[in-house]
Amino acid sequence: MSSIAQAAAQALQLVAGADPKLTHIVLLSLRVSLTAVALSCVIGLPFGAAIAVSRFPGRRSVVVVLNALMGLPPVVVGLLVYLLLSRAGPLGAWGLLFTPTAMVIAQTILITPIVAALSRQVVEDAWDEYREQLRSLGERRFGAAITLLWDLRFSLVTIVLAGFGRAAAEVGAVIIVGGNIDGVTRVMTTAIALETSKGDLPLALGLGMILLTIVLVLNAAAYVVKETAQRRYG
Amino acid sequence: MTSAMRAPRPLLPLRLENVVFTVGGRLVIDQVSLTLESGSRTVIVGPNGAGKSVLLRLCHGLLQPTSGTIAWNAPELRGEPRRQAMVFQRPVLLRRSALDNIAYALSLAGASAGEREARSREALRKVGLEPLATRPARVLSGGEQQRVALARAWALNPEVLFLDEPTANLDPGATHEIERVVGAMHAAGTKIVMVTHNLGQARRLADEILFLHQGRLLERASPDRFFKQPASVEAAQFVEGELPW
Repeated sequence: MSSIAQAAAQALQLVAGADPKLTHIVLLSLRVSLTAVALSCVIGLPFGAAIAVSRFPGRRSVVVVLNALMGLPPVVVGLLVYLLLSRAGPLGAWGLLFTPTAMVIAQTILITPIVAALSRQVVEDAWDEYREQLRSLGERRFGAAITLLWDLRFSLVTIVLAGFGRAAAEVGAVIIVGGNIDGVTRVMTTAIALETSKGDLPLALGLGMILLTIVLVLNAAAYVVKETAQRRYG
Repeated sequence: MTSAMRAPRPLLPLRLENVVFTVGGRLVIDQVSLTLESGSRTVIVGPNGAGKSVLLRLCHGLLQPTSGTIAWNAPELRGEPRRQAMVFQRPVLLRRSALDNIAYALSLAGASAGEREARSREALRKVGLEPLATRPARVLSGGEQQRVALARAWALNPEVLFLDEPTANLDPGATHEIERVVGAMHAAGTKIVMVTHNLGQARRLADEILFLHQGRLLERASPDRFFKQPASVEAAQFVEGELPW
């Protein structure tokens, strides 16, 4: 019990003193996950919206597969990206394995389906309500998809956050393709996993606190933005 | 300025020939033939489930007939700005200001960025909502939202305006305001085709009445004749049942 209390006290010191090693890990985590979220939105939001407003043969299967991909196991994604990027792999020449870029790629693959599947659902519900009016005004399908994405921007914030939460919290993919190299590819989750197994509880706990705080603050901020916007825009 | 001046050839008349529309084997519109001419205000009445809203959507092109033809005098071409507009029972406005809702419709109609704001403002002024121009459209009252929807339609200077029970959810004050705007649009040269449940409204607005019953067009008459001496038994029962006196 006392060792845990001690570890917690030391963790607080690390956090309060902005320990350089800890700061580096936190900043790298944010850089990797935020980049992955940004890329996932660029790909996933238009893709989800396009599916929402289109009708084509096999559409149901696409929706089912997309929904299923939300549950992609991170280690499997890590393994696939590892095989792609390893020296002998098809993209081995790029020399990306064990770099932050490889981690961004893995996380983007992991969360793009989440962003696409959830936005498909939200946009499709709205499309039911807006379809006749937009068609009456002469809007084309893909124009409508863009119009709907903008009109639903406050609901989409929650989806983007779900993606970020998943990216920031996962350890399986980044540890395989990043390698958890100290000072290069070590992020919060991989550091926690390593330090815990090494017995360095203060660093693990400190990082855990920061990770929780970041997720909590972001969600609170998004909640406030959404509430305010909904009151203002209806 | 009438829309006919802009358009190469007028949209109207609209000719429906033996139009049939079925949903899942159920006959909703049954062999309707009719010609809608420009000028007059046409009001479609009938009991629930008569197919009034479906007929309106067929005319506006939101639904395709199962069989039969619907032909405009000079149809709109693909990619051309629309020359007809529709106002729905429940207005669908976007999460942006009232002004931007209208500007959006104008941009779809190909209006240049420079003229959109002025034209949107002018449309809001005509429905008496200019003071609310910058307010988010979806937090306006139901009556105000419907007036924004009408302003959006008016800004497009349509040759034909379809209205599907535009006042069904509104109180008498808001209803009166909507009727005033519809009258003003008609006076400015727009053909009005409206579905209503409110026979008082049909009397106030109609130049001619179309009576629809179980998907069939049973009567087409002046409001005077329709209300005083309906030609069909169904119409007589409908008028008797619906009128409050």
